[in-house]
Amino acid sequence: MTATESTGGSERSSAPRGAGSAPVPRGTPRRTSTARRTSTSRRRATPRRTATRAGQYAALLGYLAFLAFPFLWLLSTAFKPPRELSSMHPTWIPEAPTLENFRQAFAQQPLLAAAGNSLLAAAVSALLAILLATPMAYVLARFRNRLSRAATGWVVISQAFPLVLVIIPLFLILKGLHLVDSRIGLIMVYVVWSLPFALWMLTGYVRAIPRELEEAAAVDGAGRLRTLVSVTAPLLAPGLVATALFAFITAWNEFFFALVLLKSPEKQTLPVVLTHFLGAEGVADLGPLAAAALLATLPSLLLFAAIQRRITGGMLAGAVKN
Amino acid sequence: MTLTTAPRRSTAPAADGAARPRRDLGAWFLVLPALLPILVLSVGPLLYGIGLAFTDAQSGRTQATRFVGLLNFSDLFQDSLFWDSFRIGLIWAFGVTVPQFLLALGLALLLHLDLRLRWLARALAIIPWAMPEVVVGIMWRLVYHPDAGILNETLRGLGLSGAGDGRDWLSGLATALPAVIVVGVWAGMPQTTVTLLAGLQNVPRELHEAASMDGAGAWRRFRTVTWPALKPIALAVTALNFIWNFNSFALVFVLTDGGPGGRTRLPMLFAYEEAFRYGQFGYAATMGLAMVAVISVLLAVYLAGRLKGDDDR
Repeated sequence: MTATESTGGSERSSAPRGAGSAPVPRGTPRRTSTARRTSTSRRRATPRRTATRAGQYAALLGYLAFLAFPFLWLLSTAFKPPRELSSMHPTWIPEAPTLENFRQAFAQQPLLAAAGNSLLAAAVSALLAILLATPMAYVLARFRNRLSRAATGWVVISQAFPLVLVIIPLFLILKGLHLVDSRIGLIMVYVVWSLPFALWMLTGYVRAIPRELEEAAAVDGAGRLRTLVSVTAPLLAPGLVATALFAFITAWNEFFFALVLLKSPEKQTLPVVLTHFLGAEGVADLGPLAAAALLATLPSLLLFAAIQRRITGGMLAGAVKN
Repeated sequence: MTLTTAPRRSTAPAADGAARPRRDLGAWFLVLPALLPILVLSVGPLLYGIGLAFTDAQSGRTQATRFVGLLNFSDLFQDSLFWDSFRIGLIWAFGVTVPQFLLALGLALLLHLDLRLRWLARALAIIPWAMPEVVVGIMWRLVYHPDAGILNETLRGLGLSGAGDGRDWLSGLATALPAVIVVGVWAGMPQTTVTLLAGLQNVPRELHEAASMDGAGAWRRFRTVTWPALKPIALAVTALNFIWNFNSFALVFVLTDGGPGGRTRLPMLFAYEEAFRYGQFGYAATMGLAMVAVISVLLAVYLAGRLKGDDDR
């Protein structure tokens, strides 16, 4: 409300804008909305402004309802006993909440094995992706040239192709290598598939590290490698974690490649196994279906919540820069 | 395409000082771990896939694959089922992208304000983004379920029982496509919102305040200050969303599997069936190529139009 507060706000929010490319540094309130606050709160509340506010809150509540209601319904369904699920007048709150659906879900499909497969594929491919991408991201960030432009172009192009154009030849190549219906084949595909995005994010994170720090180390007599290991790497660590987790989530959620490449039931990943709950049309067992779906989404939801700010920061760093 | 860059780089303005030649070699060494897999398992297959579109490749047959020239393309031109799915794909992509953008813009503008429930909206916006598409599909099947779903029950509660009673939204010939479009909007809105929200940070605050003092109303400020600054990001987001939506697969696969009667069979679902249910690899690749071609043309027209619009100002 006071003048000092608004000046403070404007200073804070102008700093990251000036930096432009940087992924959101920790503790920098990039998304502060001081802009509007400074311009509007100076004025007194008038009836018209109150009405505007009310309208804004009504709109926000509408959005909240739209965003939340399918998820709340999933929650509700997962805890309902069969009797309530077959009721013609479904209710939001289960009258007799039960964990039976979860037990049923595990009994009907090999959920644990599928989760293990997903975990393996996601963890290994995420680790490999950042191991392979980090050196190149460093080069892309520090040397501006045709290579970095070509790589950026490839990131965009690779997102634009229909996957069917890639999966058929991949299927044939992997078949030639006897890697169809193999976890190794799927992991290879996931690594390559997450590389462009990992490059995109990591390049932004490297750019955010001031070059001067490396130059200072060089002046102090540290070799190139030494500088990388002792100066750059520690600063890059949070970005590496965010990128790896994002690659993990993407692979954990992935469906199309897993559907095409994995045939043996014991090798299939969680999203593919989930579709087995959808029997022939309309006869899905709703309770276990909801329970399994809920369980499958929890890991990515939790991880994503933990790193969401870093991810959006990293993505935008790439977007703003290029 | 990238191989030409190494020698030339040394002639570029030397920003990195004397260490440049040694760094060049080192740079290549650093680039290879990522570049090789991308070339072998991404660029390579893409070119291979384009090549396959001109062959009669099929799964599990013994004769050698032959080059058939444009035969697949002439077949595709006469394949009315494919063009039906193509039309559905365009309706779906427009139907998702446009409302998604408008809703996301509204939400971003709201979240840019200093409202009390902002944190909750941001937290909720994460949910659709982080969820596996398969789960999003399953979740909405539960919402749309004719008996046990909340949608029909809500409509009944609102006194719209005639409209809602026992209706199976995903199986109705007329309702299936709109129903999946709603899900598509829901699923992609958060990502668009967050991107636009970030774009709003770039809106010059001083201009906003100046306009406000000159007595410009909210709409006027949006049109003259916010939108011009937001436009580049909005343009990029819309174009990318359109491509992604046109190429999407998992969501509709889980919701309807292309049914009822092909009313929601997106081109990707069609191509997937052709390739992995009927084994027609060559023909499916042709479909993929046709998708790329048309999308590229549409995008080029769209972007050219938008850029021209900029010049006119």
